[in-house]
Amino acid sequence: MKHSVVTPISREMVESFRAGDRVYISGKIYTARDQAHLRLITDEAPNFDLQDAVIYYVGPTPPRPGNPIGSSGPTSSYRMDNLAIPLMKRGLRVMIGKGDRSKLFIEEMINNRAVYLIATGGTGALLASCIKSSRVIMYEDLGTEAVHELIVENFPCFVAYDIFGGSIFFDKDKS
Amino acid sequence: MRLVQSKTIVDALKKAIIKMNYELDNSFVARLRRAKENEDKDLSKSIIQEILDNQEIAKHGEYPLCQDTGIVVVFAEIGFDVKLQEPLESSVNTAVSLAYKEGFLRKSVVNHPFDRKNTQDNTPAIIHTKLVPGDGLKFKIAAKGAGSENMSVVKMLTPTVGVEGVKKLVVDTIFNAGGKPCPPIIVGIGLGGNLEKSALIAKEAILRDLDDYNPDPVLKKLEDELYEEINALGVGPMGVGGKTTCIAVKINSYPMHIASLPVAINIQCHANRHEEVIL
Repeated sequence: MKHSVVTPISREMVESFRAGDRVYISGKIYTARDQAHLRLITDEAPNFDLQDAVIYYVGPTPPRPGNPIGSSGPTSSYRMDNLAIPLMKRGLRVMIGKGDRSKLFIEEMINNRAVYLIATGGTGALLASCIKSSRVIMYEDLGTEAVHELIVENFPCFVAYDIFGGSIFFDKDKS
Repeated sequence: MRLVQSKTIVDALKKAIIKMNYELDNSFVARLRRAKENEDKDLSKSIIQEILDNQEIAKHGEYPLCQDTGIVVVFAEIGFDVKLQEPLESSVNTAVSLAYKEGFLRKSVVNHPFDRKNTQDNTPAIIHTKLVPGDGLKFKIAAKGAGSENMSVVKMLTPTVGVEGVKKLVVDTIFNAGGKPCPPIIVGIGLGGNLEKSALIAKEAILRDLDDYNPDPVLKKLEDELYEEINALGVGPMGVGGKTTCIAVKINSYPMHIASLPVAINIQCHANRHEEVIL
């Protein structure tokens, strides 16, 4: 199934997602990876509303003049497994990254009615074409790891884990 | 004695570093296309198609293939009869610094395990040198991202585990890594030597020509068997399931201690960025 959604993403919207579905996201999303997560979990007043927000795990290449951003593919999500939990408890609804995640993360994701999407890793050139603007809104000293507010159009993802326990990944137990 | 100016090395390496971050080699792309045809599931096919579309866009030189433009690894072969104007390290690092700036590549190198301050120009590179006869200079270079490097392992096995023990370690490693190292991958394996030698020859293995032929019949057979077994795991492109987990398996070996069987498994993601420079 295909979903075209505009951020922020509601709980009801997430409930309609099933693992393997195509999701095209438009609107504002926020970037954060390891170091930004470390700070966000103790930051009581971040510069964006976490409620129903979308966080994209990415550290882009520098933009060429005239472009809003450089190559912008997802980084490995497992490094943010534990750090994402307190953010989901504060309303974070959608995380975009690549690769599988821990059992604990999945449990907490389901408990908090959040969802994990993947974009195809290593396709930063392709994904950059869906990013219309980019500006740093927090933690500028982190450079590529700073929190950027991106405006995206039809940013292509797949539902990796849904709130019913479904997964897009190959079945490790079956193999 | 042939004198080689630093500028000659800097210019050639800079150009190669930028190029490899924007263009995949044709033989690798051809294998990706075949892999896509070979997949049954639409999801697996569409992921490989995105990887193919991505390299078409990157080729135009505006957006690098992947945002993780890696740490630069250099294997240098220096002829005995070459006199370098400047230390090799300084020429290589100048090339890296200029390439990452002029090529709009991400600076991903930090100075210290805990301070983690960005060095701002992606230096230093990791440089391995070999002295060879003649007056030539040859560089094999790679931009190695962390996604696949973080899933790589070195393990000291006991000699009696034999071929089956090695196979089990390799297959388990790839299975456990799942989609994290960005499959379809190239699996480079170093068998023998000692701790660091096994890792070094594993890295050399991922830089081997995809179409080369292992001259050691035992290793050739092991490469073929591992290729089949890894693809039978069903990990698939980006871990979503499918027939293509690896594009190639390459094994290098080296003599070792009677009591050791070191095995290094170095994984290369599908953003397989490498170049060769001969001066």
